[in-house]
Formats: sequence, structure tokens, C-alpha cells
Amino acid sequence: MLPKDQLTIVLREKFPEGFIEITEFRDMLTIHIRGEHVLKLLRTLKTDPRFAFNFLSGITAVDHLEMEGHARFSVVYHLLNQHEARRIVVRAWVHEEEPRLPSAYPLWKTADWQEREVYDLFGVEFTDHPDLMRIMNPDYFEYHPLRKDYPLQGRGERDNFKVVKRSIGSKWPSEKGFE
Amino acid sequence: MGVDRSGKVGWLTTTVDALVNWGRKNSLWPMPFGTACCGIEFMSVLASRHDIARFGAEAIRFSPRQSDLLIVAGRVPIKLMPVLTRIYEQMPEPKWVISMGACASSGGVFDTYSVIQGIDNFIPVDVYLPGCPPRPEAILDGLILIQKLIEKDSLHHYKVPQGEGAT
Repeated sequence: MLPKDQLTIVLREKFPEGFIEITEFRDMLTIHIRGEHVLKLLRTLKTDPRFAFNFLSGITAVDHLEMEGHARFSVVYHLLNQHEARRIVVRAWVHEEEPRLPSAYPLWKTADWQEREVYDLFGVEFTDHPDLMRIMNPDYFEYHPLRKDYPLQGRGERDNFKVVKRSIGSKWPSEKGFE
Repeated sequence: MGVDRSGKVGWLTTTVDALVNWGRKNSLWPMPFGTACCGIEFMSVLASRHDIARFGAEAIRFSPRQSDLLIVAGRVPIKLMPVLTRIYEQMPEPKWVISMGACASSGGVFDTYSVIQGIDNFIPVDVYLPGCPPRPEAILDGLILIQKLIEKDSLHHYKVPQGEGAT
């Protein structure tokens, strides 16, 4: 694969509007890109023989609620080149007002459930996803609980169930009846 | 109970309550609702070293309609609470409930939006077992407590309430 400087030049030429920067941490390169251009970048990384990242190992997201100078969400794609055993990270930055990204499902079928998870927990919508519904929380759930502004103990979801009382049957005696 | 030894034929006098309770307490059929590591610990209670069969409760039924002791072993998320309520309602009377471990009793360390903070908020519980998970001996102790509860039981407790508002 290309070293960091050349990769920056190549990607800046190819995506003049979307490309932001490349950062490096412990030999792992991270490509930062604006959200609406992420599908084109992923397709390049998959099909271009210079990169050939054929495997999507994971999609997750980060909520940068109180960090200045960023869009609020970044959706993180971890890619793997199985021939050369190389990895790369793609960070797609999404604004809070309209958290929407193109789905990576046309490239990798595994993006189906991964994107449903990101949608469930962060509320980032993926356009052209085949079946975008919640994957873990109940269907009636209203919030996206991994967002930083959602309280840890919830907003009363766990207290709204039917209460069953015992009308007949045995009860512990009120006096000290046991030993 | 008393035994009459006067004649050639032996006599046994008792009450219906005592006889029924003796049968019930020595043939509990547990319905294990194992969702976490407490379920693994419960399995070891069934195995030969601790052997819950000594207390007559070895007939594990995974159908609530054939069991009378619900053992909730593990944390219960919000998506599972309606299921647990339905399982409890499907069990025929008489029925008893053991809340096994810290998570089922109080939510344990999982004080988050998705975990029920104690199943006793929604269904009645007879015996709470502390521990994370409880030792097998604690489970046997809880079972003995259930048996003591049954000993004090009476058939009068199972009269279905009549009239308006009765369930």
C-alpha cells in the first residue's frame, strides 16, 4: 500500500471536496472524510488494486458531543486487506442536524446489521439501506441510547411494565415464623 | 400427624393441609429462567456434587405450564420483562418464585437504561438469593426456605376471590 504522504496526494486529487486529512497512530492510518462522500471512498478502497481492502471488519460510531471544531458524529469503518494483512480506518464525519450517510450495503453485505446497530444506538440514518430498523432495542423505543446526551439510567423506559400482584396463594407470615 | 399402634392395622391421622403440603414441598418442579452466569451456577446445583434431587426438585421443566417454582437466574433486560411476566402468568397455582443473584433481585451492577432494577417491581418474589452468583449451597438454602413456606401453607389461601373486581 502507499505510504501516508502519497496516499494523501492521491486521495486529495480523487476527492477534492470530501477529503479532510489522514492521521496516523501506531502505524494505523485513518482517513477522515465528509460523510456524503464516504461510499465513493469505500468503493475506491475496495476495487482499486493499489488498496484492495476486500473485507469490512466493523462499523461503529463516536459521539463527539462536547468537542469543538468537529461535526458531532463520526462513523468509523475498519477495513482489512486479507491478501497483505493490512488494515485501515475510515472516519466519516456527520453533522448533527441531518445525521445521514450512504449505506455501504452495495459493497459489503455485512454492512446490513452493522448499520442497523449504528442506527439503533446513535440515530445515524443510512440511505438506501435494505431494511433499516432497530436491531437490539425494542421497536417501540424512542431514543438512541449511546448518544452522549442520553442519561445512563434512561428516561423511564425500564419502569413502564405491567405489574402482576398475587391475589391468591401462600405468603410469608408477618410474625417470626421461621427459625 | 400421629400413628395409632393399638390395633393390628396401622393408622395415620393427619390433616388435608399437612398431607398436601408434604407432597408439594417434596416435589417442586423448577422452571429455570437462566439468562446469565447464575444459570450456569444453577446447572451445577442439578449435577451430582450438590444434587438438588435430594430435595425432590430435580424434575426441571422448561415449560411454565408444568412447573411450580420459577427460578429467575440472571439479569432481565427491558426487552425480556414482558416475556418473564407472561411466563409467570402461565404457571398454574400454586407457584413460587426465587430471585437468584444480585441482578435479578436489584439489577446488580447494571444500573443502565436497559436492565430491570429488580424483578420484584413487576412480579411477586418469595425468596431472594444474594450473591454474584450465589453458591450452590445458597440455592439449596433458598429451596429449603421455599419448602418451609409451603409447610405453613393452607388450602384456604387458594380460594379464588369472588365478586366484583375478582381476577
